[in-house]
Amino acid sequence: MRQADSAQPDRHIKPLARPLSARQSLWLYGSALAVFAPLAPYQPEWLSALASLVLLWRGVLLWRGLALPSRWLLILVMLAGMSGILLHFHTLFGRNPGVALLVLLFALKLLEMRNVRDGFAAVLLGYFLSLSQFFFTQSIGYAVLTLAGVTATTAALVILHHQRQPPARALRLAGVMLLQAVPFMLLLFVLFPRVQGPLWGLPIDAFSGQTGLSDSMAPGSISQLSQSDAIAFRVKFSGEFAAKPPPQTSLYWRGPVLSQFDGRTWKIVQPYVSNGLPYTLSGTPVEYTVTLEPHYKHWLFALELPATIPPDSILASDYELLSKAPVRARQRYEMRSYPGIVAGVDEAPAILRADLQLPPGYNPRARALAAAWRAELGADDVAIMRRMLDYYRRQVFIYTLSPPLLGEDSIDEFLFDSKRGFCEHFSAGFVFMMRAAGIPSRVVTGYQGGEINPVDGTLIVRQSDAHAWAEIWLKGRGWLRVDPTAAIAPTRIEMNLAVALPAGEVRPLMERPAFKWLHQMRYRWDALTNVWNQWVLGYNPQRQRELLSRLGMRSPDWQQMTTMLTVMCGVLLLGFTAWTLRQRQRLDPALAAWNRLSRKLARHGLARRPWEGPYDYAERIAAALPADGSALAAEVQEIAGIYARLRYAERTSAQAAQLLQELKKRIAQLAWRDSHKP
Amino acid sequence: MSFAATLQERFFRWALRGHAPEAVPVILTQRRVYVLPTRQGLVYAVSLLVMLVGAINYNLSLGYALVFLLAGLGTTAILHTFRNLAHLRISLGRTEPVFALEHAGFGIVLTNLRNESRPAIRLSLPKHLPKQPQVEVEVPAQASIEVRLELPTTQRGWLTLPRITLETNYPLGLIRAWSYAAPDLRCLVYPAPAAVAPPLPSTPGADGGATRLAAGMEDFAGLRGHQPADPPRHVAWKAAARQDDGPLLTKLFSGAAAQTLWLDWNSLPATLGIEERLAVLSRWICDAHASGLAWGLRLPGPGGELAPAADDAHFHSCLKLLALYAPS
Repeated sequence: MRQADSAQPDRHIKPLARPLSARQSLWLYGSALAVFAPLAPYQPEWLSALASLVLLWRGVLLWRGLALPSRWLLILVMLAGMSGILLHFHTLFGRNPGVALLVLLFALKLLEMRNVRDGFAAVLLGYFLSLSQFFFTQSIGYAVLTLAGVTATTAALVILHHQRQPPARALRLAGVMLLQAVPFMLLLFVLFPRVQGPLWGLPIDAFSGQTGLSDSMAPGSISQLSQSDAIAFRVKFSGEFAAKPPPQTSLYWRGPVLSQFDGRTWKIVQPYVSNGLPYTLSGTPVEYTVTLEPHYKHWLFALELPATIPPDSILASDYELLSKAPVRARQRYEMRSYPGIVAGVDEAPAILRADLQLPPGYNPRARALAAAWRAELGADDVAIMRRMLDYYRRQVFIYTLSPPLLGEDSIDEFLFDSKRGFCEHFSAGFVFMMRAAGIPSRVVTGYQGGEINPVDGTLIVRQSDAHAWAEIWLKGRGWLRVDPTAAIAPTRIEMNLAVALPAGEVRPLMERPAFKWLHQMRYRWDALTNVWNQWVLGYNPQRQRELLSRLGMRSPDWQQMTTMLTVMCGVLLLGFTAWTLRQRQRLDPALAAWNRLSRKLARHGLARRPWEGPYDYAERIAAALPADGSALAAEVQEIAGIYARLRYAERTSAQAAQLLQELKKRIAQLAWRDSHKP
Repeated sequence: MSFAATLQERFFRWALRGHAPEAVPVILTQRRVYVLPTRQGLVYAVSLLVMLVGAINYNLSLGYALVFLLAGLGTTAILHTFRNLAHLRISLGRTEPVFALEHAGFGIVLTNLRNESRPAIRLSLPKHLPKQPQVEVEVPAQASIEVRLELPTTQRGWLTLPRITLETNYPLGLIRAWSYAAPDLRCLVYPAPAAVAPPLPSTPGADGGATRLAAGMEDFAGLRGHQPADPPRHVAWKAAARQDDGPLLTKLFSGAAAQTLWLDWNSLPATLGIEERLAVLSRWICDAHASGLAWGLRLPGPGGELAPAADDAHFHSCLKLLALYAPS
């Protein structure tokens, strides 16, 4: 029996208005750090610095036990921060300024936290900030960091309401509760009827800072991309290619087709929509599924030439697949392609005319060379094409990631002076020469190759696989793919970029041969990331329907899902409740033995009173016994001593078992003679 | 009684599963523990909704996951809060009689048979009573704890403990679980001693018992350990002076020689009312007890007479007689 603690001094104050204790402030501060740290790299540098300063300030105040600064000072800092955000983003609305404001508010709230209500507001802000983390990244690593932040915040919530809880216990409790919340989370995640966002127009800045192919190509734009390790899309081959994908040299993933040239930059033209497939299919198809990372443009990448059109997309007249809406979320589509089929034999004259356009005036030397070849070789377009590829081969052209800057007549300078370039230079030079010689041609951009992940067999295509090649139109044969880069650096097409680059060229880190083991690690990590992307991040309405029908739900619509969700959550809740109550109300064996003593003595009017401690009880018994009961009194007192040691003293489990044994024995043997009648 | 009050009364009767007071131990079974979100719990729920809309709008898969995790957290909080209160046992603690106008302290023993402690359990008395401080306790695993609830007293007699509310919002403060109990716990309230009272009667009692004797004729009977209630003039000062750090001792005098006086209802002026008489008698009993005198009490009606004695038990039975006195 223990006496209740003396009353708290602040017990008349409403719980929410109670001032925060040092321990509560410390916990809220710690959880704030855990939430803020993973978010900091994604904020403007000055804001991260400002927020860190404010947090540091709070830390010093906590450490020295100083009073919080006045509200006016905080309002000043707040205004300064807000003007900074306004200057940085040119607006206070939208996603990124919103998160920035939230970060500022959160940091300053810590300096303004006076009572429990403020603390609760800080906890909610912490949860909100954890969510906003996912605007910037949803990778596995950051998910783990965010989970840590959420656990710390939950522990802070426990301490906030029950500050006498020891910290370790609060943290453990938060962990246990979050673990128990996981089944609910899984159920809701799988069964909550998904809606494809956005619910309303997204702010313009919703997707910024993405890398990928663009709708134009200038010298240097693809070589820049090739430094990026980011994944463009993943491919899972099926059918006969499931075990062994097609050879690397045939993996041309067609993207934007650039036909318009202004002397420096190649651009796409507004595509015509093709009605059905503009070519007849022949040969063996390649079947595969593409999981495309969001790139916020319309292109869907497919092997040349695509034979299926994914839902909500079109096939343009220049054979590129376009999604009707920009690819904002990771998208998964099944494709069938027929490599090497003839297309465009009877191409529209308007298109052919457009593919001969060259801006007048630029690059006179290239024009002159093309004219000379035409005069020499007559009407043989194929011979001119061969001559051009030979030109690349015979002259000493160097394939490099860092070509020199080119001036006004970029094609001339590249073909005759610098002779150093990347795929965009080679394809642009080739297409220019073809056009100058009167052969309709265009630049095709996309990705070439990819690497097979040995762990799960998917083909990973990265931004560094971005490539540009050419297409020429030949009478009677239609469009023909020509890859001029293959003439210079065949290994780029057969192997990959790392092999094709001459020694001494700075390669992307992962492409270096010395990092073999790193490569292995990355394969495993990529396989894991793929599962994560497919099943966690890519779990959208479509995937949900797929999964649920596979689990045996016929026509999974939202009513069915909601019913199912309600039923399963109910079952889970009942299960938990049953488990909660099942824990038997078992008496401590020591207490049970002690109660038996009380029952034994109750016959003689000496039952233990509920509030009586062991020694008090023993004393009362001794006092009630007549003089000749002193032996009995001593015995009772000893039993009380054993019981007290068992309940309240430090002891090992072996000692406890021994004590319990003795307690039981002594109580059983306690003899009461009638002469003891008090 | 207004309709609302009637309804409330019916509710409490239903909530207490029968008429109060209840037999102890009262066990808060799961059927009598109620659970509802607190205001903070509602704010939490609204925040989750806002976060869900954000996750949908930006297609944040992990946003969904986080919102669902926090929703699950709220759900488990219901269970934890409920569990913290369910199956708590309430039994009676020590409740000492008090004089009217003092605070009655009701001892309530909370027993936790579970292997985990039950933190942050708050006990309170009904709101309509004068401003009550809430008592918050933690009941350790496999243990009992005694809580004292204090209630001001106004009149003599039995004071029954009103219905008590036990509540907890452990662990997250988002959910409140509460229960009502009305354990059969009474506190005896003695009549408040009159502030102004006639001096102790010095006349011999009706049966011609011993009057106040001269000081020199007291029979010294021995020494015993000093108790705070012993009159100072009975302290063995000489003995205390001999052993400077020893305990104080009190001189005992043999009973027959001690003063005996009768405190008689009828000896009081007829102008006094019942409560005033009881107040004066209460004062006399206190004074007599404080001075170590032996006294007898006489009240009208059957069983209204207690033979002279000077001990604590006699003191309390006299006061109990006064507390429960009902004129026939």
